[in-house]
Amino acid sequence: MSTFLIYKLALVLAVFGITLLVAMYSTYLERKVAAFMQDRVGPDRAGPFGILQPLADGVKMFMKEEIIPNVSNKFLFIVGPCIAMITAIMAGVVIPWGNTITIGGETYTLQIADINIGILYVFGVVSIGVYGIMIGGWASNNKYSLLGAIRASAQMISYELAMGLSIIALIMLTGTLSLREIALMQGGGVGSDWNMWNVVYQPVGFLMFIICAFAECNRMPFDLPESETELVGGYHTEYSSMKLGFYLFAEYINMFTSSALMATLYFGGFNFPFQNDLGLDPNLVTILGTVAFFLKIGFFIFFFMWVRWTLPRFRYDQLMNLGWKILIPLAIANVAITGLVKILVK
Amino acid sequence: MTLYAFYFLSFLAVLSALMVVFSRNPIYSVLYLVITFFCVACHYLLLNAQFLAAVHIIVYAGAIMVLFLYVIMLLNLNQETESQKSNILKFAAVISSGLLMVVIIGALRGVETGVIELGSNSKIGLVKNLGNLLFNEFLLPFEIVSLLLLTAMVGAVMLGKNHMRRAQQIAKNRNGKFADSATNNIKVKELTNE
Repeated sequence: MSTFLIYKLALVLAVFGITLLVAMYSTYLERKVAAFMQDRVGPDRAGPFGILQPLADGVKMFMKEEIIPNVSNKFLFIVGPCIAMITAIMAGVVIPWGNTITIGGETYTLQIADINIGILYVFGVVSIGVYGIMIGGWASNNKYSLLGAIRASAQMISYELAMGLSIIALIMLTGTLSLREIALMQGGGVGSDWNMWNVVYQPVGFLMFIICAFAECNRMPFDLPESETELVGGYHTEYSSMKLGFYLFAEYINMFTSSALMATLYFGGFNFPFQNDLGLDPNLVTILGTVAFFLKIGFFIFFFMWVRWTLPRFRYDQLMNLGWKILIPLAIANVAITGLVKILVK
Repeated sequence: MTLYAFYFLSFLAVLSALMVVFSRNPIYSVLYLVITFFCVACHYLLLNAQFLAAVHIIVYAGAIMVLFLYVIMLLNLNQETESQKSNILKFAAVISSGLLMVVIIGALRGVETGVIELGSNSKIGLVKNLGNLLFNEFLLPFEIVSLLLLTAMVGAVMLGKNHMRRAQQIAKNRNGKFADSATNNIKVKELTNE
C-alpha cells in the first residue's frame, strides 16, 4: 500500500513537472516556429540557440511590477488566473502516459488514475476552465476584458457541444470511456492482434475534434477572446506580471493536454507500429511507447503552432456558424452513420 | 472516513447554498451556486455514481452556470443599479416561499429515514450499468424525457425565429427596397440590446 502511494505521488510530481516543462518550452518552440515561418531567426541570445529563453521569460514575469486595478474586484481578480492554471493542470491526471512497467514482480501503470469515466473527467475539467477566463475578465472591470470574457464563454460552450458529439462516435466504436482502455485497444502487432489507430475508423470525428480543440484552447484561428487587434488584450488586458503569465501558461498547458488527448484517442496513444513484433523486453517497449507518445504530442503541438502562423483569425459570426451550423450537424450525422455501419458489420 | 467526507461536503453544500441567497452581488451568487453543484457532484462520487457526477459538473457547472454568468455579466447587475423591489412584492415572496416550506415539511414529516440498501450491486452508478438500466427497464420514461427535451429545444428555436421574422417585417415596412441592409441593422441593434 505504501509503495503504491509513494509511486503515485512520484508519478503526480513527474507529470506535474513534465507538464510545466513542456509548456515552458512550447513558448520557446512557438517563437522558433513563428520565426521559421516568417523567415527570421527567433530568440537566440539566452544560451545556445536561445534555449534558455523560457527561463529568462519566467524571471522577467516574476520580476515585473504587479498591478491590480483600483476599480477591480480584487479577490476575483486573483482567483481568475488561479482557476485557469489549476484546471489546466488537472486534466493530465487521466492521460495514460505509457503502458505498464514491471519491476521486481510488481506492475506499475504509467497513469495517475484510470477512472472509468476518463473522457468525461477531461470534459468536466475543461468546462470548468472557462470560469478562469470569465471571472478574470469580469473582475478586471474593463470593457475589453468583459468582451473577451463573454466571447470566451460563448465560444467554449458552443464548441464543447460539438466536441462532445464528435467523440460519441468514437466511444460507440470502443465501448469504453476509460482513456487507458481506448489506448490499449489500438495496440498490437502484425498477426492476430492487428489493430488500426482510431483515426482510420473516425477521420471525420478526428477532424471535428481537432477543430474544437483549437477553439477550446483559444488558439488561432479561434483566439477571439484575446484578439489583440480588436480588444487590446482581450480578457487579460488588465493583467500584468505572473498573473498574466499564468493565463498564457494555462493556454500552453491546455494545448499540451489536448495534444495528449488527441494522440490517445485517435493516434494510438502509447502504441507504436510493430511494437509486439520486435521481440523486445516489455519494459523497453513501454519506455519506447512513452517516447512515441511524446513524439505524437510534439507533432500536435507543432501543428497548433503551424496553424497559428498560417491562418488568419475568424470573424465572430463565422466562428458561431462553424460551430452550430456545420460541426454539430456533421457530428450528429457521424454518430448516426457510425451506428448504422456498426449494426451492418455486426 | 466516508462519513467525515459526507459531513464536510454537506456542510459546504448547505453553507454555499445559503451564501447563494445572502450574497448581494449576483456574480457571487452564481459562483457560490457553482460550489454547491460541486459539493453535490462529490456526494454522487461518494455514492459511487461517477457518471452522474461527471455529467452533473459538465452540464450544470460547465454549461448552465456559464450561461447564467454570461447573462449577469451582460446585464451588469450591481448593488447600486439594482432596482429595489416594492414591499408588497417582498411580502408575497415571503408568504409563498413560507407556504412552500410548509408543504415540504408536511410531505417529508412522515417519511421513514434509514439506510438505503444498495444491494449486492453497488456499482449501479457506473456508465455500463446505468446504460443497461436506462435502455432496458426504463426505456419508455427515458424516451419520453428525451422527447420532452426535444420539444423544449424546438420551442426555443421557434421563439427565436419569431423574433427574427418580426424584425424583418418591421424592416420591410420601413425601408421598402433597402430591406436587406436594414434587417441586418435591426438584428444588430436587437442583439446589442439583449
